[in-house]
Amino acid sequence: MEKDFDKKALTDMYKDKFLAPENEKRQVTAPDGSIIEIDPLDDYFCQERPKELKPRKGAVEKFLNWARAESLWVLGFGTGCGSIEIPPLVTPRFDMFRYGVQMRPTPRQSNVFIISGYLSVKTLKRAIRSYEQMPSPKYIIGLGSCTINGGMYWDSYNTINRLDHYLPVDVYIAGCMPRPEALLAGFGKLKELIKEGKGEKANEYARNFDWYKANQKKIIKDWNMPDFNW
Amino acid sequence: MDYSLTKFLWTLLGLFITLNWGMLMSSTMRRIGARVAGRYGIPWYQPWIDLTKLYSMRSQLTHGTMFYIGPVFRLMGGVGMFLFMPMIFGCDLWSNYSFSGDLILILYFQFFGMLGMALGASEGGQPYSAIGISRGLSQFTTVEVPMTLAVISLAIQYHTLSISDIVAAQQGGFMNWTIMTNPFATIAAMLSLLGAFGHSPFNLVKAPNEIPIGPPTEYHGTFLGVLRTNGAILHVAEAALFMNLFFGGAGNWFELIIKTFLIYFWSVFVGTVFPRFRIEQSVVWFLKWPTILGIIAIIIYM
Repeated sequence: MEKDFDKKALTDMYKDKFLAPENEKRQVTAPDGSIIEIDPLDDYFCQERPKELKPRKGAVEKFLNWARAESLWVLGFGTGCGSIEIPPLVTPRFDMFRYGVQMRPTPRQSNVFIISGYLSVKTLKRAIRSYEQMPSPKYIIGLGSCTINGGMYWDSYNTINRLDHYLPVDVYIAGCMPRPEALLAGFGKLKELIKEGKGEKANEYARNFDWYKANQKKIIKDWNMPDFNW
Repeated sequence: MDYSLTKFLWTLLGLFITLNWGMLMSSTMRRIGARVAGRYGIPWYQPWIDLTKLYSMRSQLTHGTMFYIGPVFRLMGGVGMFLFMPMIFGCDLWSNYSFSGDLILILYFQFFGMLGMALGASEGGQPYSAIGISRGLSQFTTVEVPMTLAVISLAIQYHTLSISDIVAAQQGGFMNWTIMTNPFATIAAMLSLLGAFGHSPFNLVKAPNEIPIGPPTEYHGTFLGVLRTNGAILHVAEAALFMNLFFGGAGNWFELIIKTFLIYFWSVFVGTVFPRFRIEQSVVWFLKWPTILGIIAIIIYM
């Protein structure tokens, strides 16, 4: 189901946004002396909107979902104070490798994005870019109460309050801070959701892309990146 | 050479066994590494699940033709090495397509996949890939030096460049193995093996903490799946190469599994004990002791 919102405000926002100088069109002299035109937005970034990618049918999708659930690759991106809860997971005491959860250093190879705590507006930009670069199907875990309602930062001038207005969240883990056990329980819950075929938030993001972009642009004042980041 | 269908099917079966043994070996080694750190580590079947997941990602993107071909080249390096390697000594069907000059071709295949990967990964445009490639190629060039010296020493010793003949010359008890008859070449090659497998202390190429994951930074989904498939095949094929050259080859699959495991374990053992070298340190290291040992090995047999 598509979410309702004022589409006119969105088109205005697309039009007037500031473009970073390094992303503007420019002319460059090539090594052989010829002058070539470079359009970074066209050369470096995808110009296509994200598409909904339909799941396969029946037992095949069930099997693939099982594989996806048992092999969660987490993007090594820590935001806020919750990221300190992740290192204990890779050490002997909690050892998340037992459950098929592994860390990956690049968004291209990860499936799970843990938003670990408060998300400042500046970090939100990076989180959006990283999320959009991850290949689908992808999942988001919101860690700590800051991602649910802002937590102790609910009236801060530069943090967001509700994460699911900006990125689609699969699992929330409440607490301030949740301990590593809670994070492991969250992974368990995420696995259940994926195995039931409910881990389709990447498609929801594509379906409501304009709504999410409008929300993101409302709060990020200096939008100096392309609209599509994959 | 025998080009019959039976031979082809048996070679495919051998490839299948090699692939699965490679994956089981990699998960076992990761479990051993985890035990050293006091953890349990991944389940032994994790590589198969990871592979299934990678091949079933829904969205993939490309950066151009070479980006597609890079992983294919890499896979060709591993499969090519397997195809020309006599896996089981004395078994015609599992000697694969080895011929009288296969040693040279296999040394080429060792480098071939890396070059293809360098071309493919650099088209991804990711700066970290470029750093990983320059580090990988410069390190692997020096890894090849002691390895090649050892192979030349073996060629002089056995008067042949055929792996099957080298294995045949080592039959009849472990006192005939190259490790006993030509220890200098063996040591030089076993030291260069550390670099070829890319475990610590020579794992700066893929350093996941400083440069995200080295050359495959941009690779995802099926591309990464192909790279991992190749990794499993390549590790067994390379261990089998060292087994054939220095440890008397294998008469059956069981012997092959034991020997390749121990050879691979040597690099994991060193990796668990020693911390990581920087690239200029590892380059200098490979050009120092292993190279000197390799030269001594040649001088002795001249």
